[in-house]
Amino acid sequence: MVVKLFGQIKAGNPQRVLLCFLEKGIEFEVIHVDLNTFEQKKPEYLLRQPFGQVPAIEDGDLKLFESRAISRYYATKYADQGTDLLGKTLEQRAIVEQWMEVEANYFNVVVLPLVINIVFTPKFDVALVEELKVKLDKVLDVYENQLAMNRYLAGAEFSLADLTHMPGMRYIMNEAGLGSMITSRENVNRWWNEMSARPAWKKLMEMAAY
Amino acid sequence: MAGIKVFGNATSPSTRRVLLALHEKNLDFELVNIDLKDGEHKKEPFLSRNPFGKVPAFEDGDLKLFESRAITQYIAHRYESQGTNLLPADSKNPAHYAIMTIGMEVEAHQFDPVASKLVWEQVIKNFVGLTTDQAIVAEEEAKLAKVLDVYEARLKEFKYLAGETFTLTDLHHIPVVQYLLGTPTKKLFTERPRVNEWVAEVTKRPASQKILKYHH
Repeated sequence: MVVKLFGQIKAGNPQRVLLCFLEKGIEFEVIHVDLNTFEQKKPEYLLRQPFGQVPAIEDGDLKLFESRAISRYYATKYADQGTDLLGKTLEQRAIVEQWMEVEANYFNVVVLPLVINIVFTPKFDVALVEELKVKLDKVLDVYENQLAMNRYLAGAEFSLADLTHMPGMRYIMNEAGLGSMITSRENVNRWWNEMSARPAWKKLMEMAAY
Repeated sequence: MAGIKVFGNATSPSTRRVLLALHEKNLDFELVNIDLKDGEHKKEPFLSRNPFGKVPAFEDGDLKLFESRAITQYIAHRYESQGTNLLPADSKNPAHYAIMTIGMEVEAHQFDPVASKLVWEQVIKNFVGLTTDQAIVAEEEAKLAKVLDVYEARLKEFKYLAGETFTLTDLHHIPVVQYLLGTPTKKLFTERPRVNEWVAEVTKRPASQKILKYHH
């Protein structure tokens, strides 16, 4: 029984889950949900995800949504398979969870509107974008410090806390044209270069065919 | 034993999330007050505990954490066999655990951004002598109504958000819900019968009453 992921391979939130599957060596099938025609807001899809967002998954009888919840589930269920994404002890897991919260509450909360404006909005709010860039600068300063002392955000090993950043980081480095915010920071740059060299990431980029 | 310490402010919803978990578990702890008015959270030594300069920060022996929802999860796991169980009844079942974490993500991404704006406009601004922007209140209440419609449907099927028992998913909502109950936004809860019952249930818990000891 192969897990079905409902979403688009090029969309950021589904990419979190796809990356988790690839890191863990979990077989999957992508069921395309056409965001251009707002398929995710239609009644049939709302049964899978009541807020009308991608991704959702179906694995036999189990149906889940929220990319971070889905990733945690597979990282836990397949703890002994593929890359260890959550750490071996309760304490290490707590630190991974802490940096996953940071990704959601500090990084994504700024990067998402930045990407929506710069990449997807023809006449975007210039003042808002400048404000968001200042906020992102501050967040990346904290990351620079953390990554000066640790190879990855939660410590010596790559974890879900790093993985959840990758779709947003890709936008920063590419379509959003903000790569200099990364390359100007020695440790953040090193972190991104190491992560994006991972085979799972390369496979995802192949699938996405940008 | 070094013990549990919370570095925060007893009126802050994020700090209260952690205090709730500790009270539910009947754990001894020390609350080290961080003076938000004085900007203590933006200076050392607090910044070494949370480089983002937000309360709360947490310490349990050698383990140091920040981010309230990471802290509550740690408490729920580390002290699983003590006090209220904040995890699903069958916590070793990854699927049941996942259902709870969906609810936690929904609270963080759908409920909290909107509900917190409503607390800011109607509670915090009043407290510091600024004027509530009613246009923003109307806009955010419309968004919150949609989220609560999803909750109403969910709570028709289950007693609590993640199933039949009280879990972290419900707990994470409580501090902001408590503040909203003191504002006209309360009507969005009372208009929805199951949401209304759920609000009454979770706010009457002894731990929920304990955190109200400190108020604006």
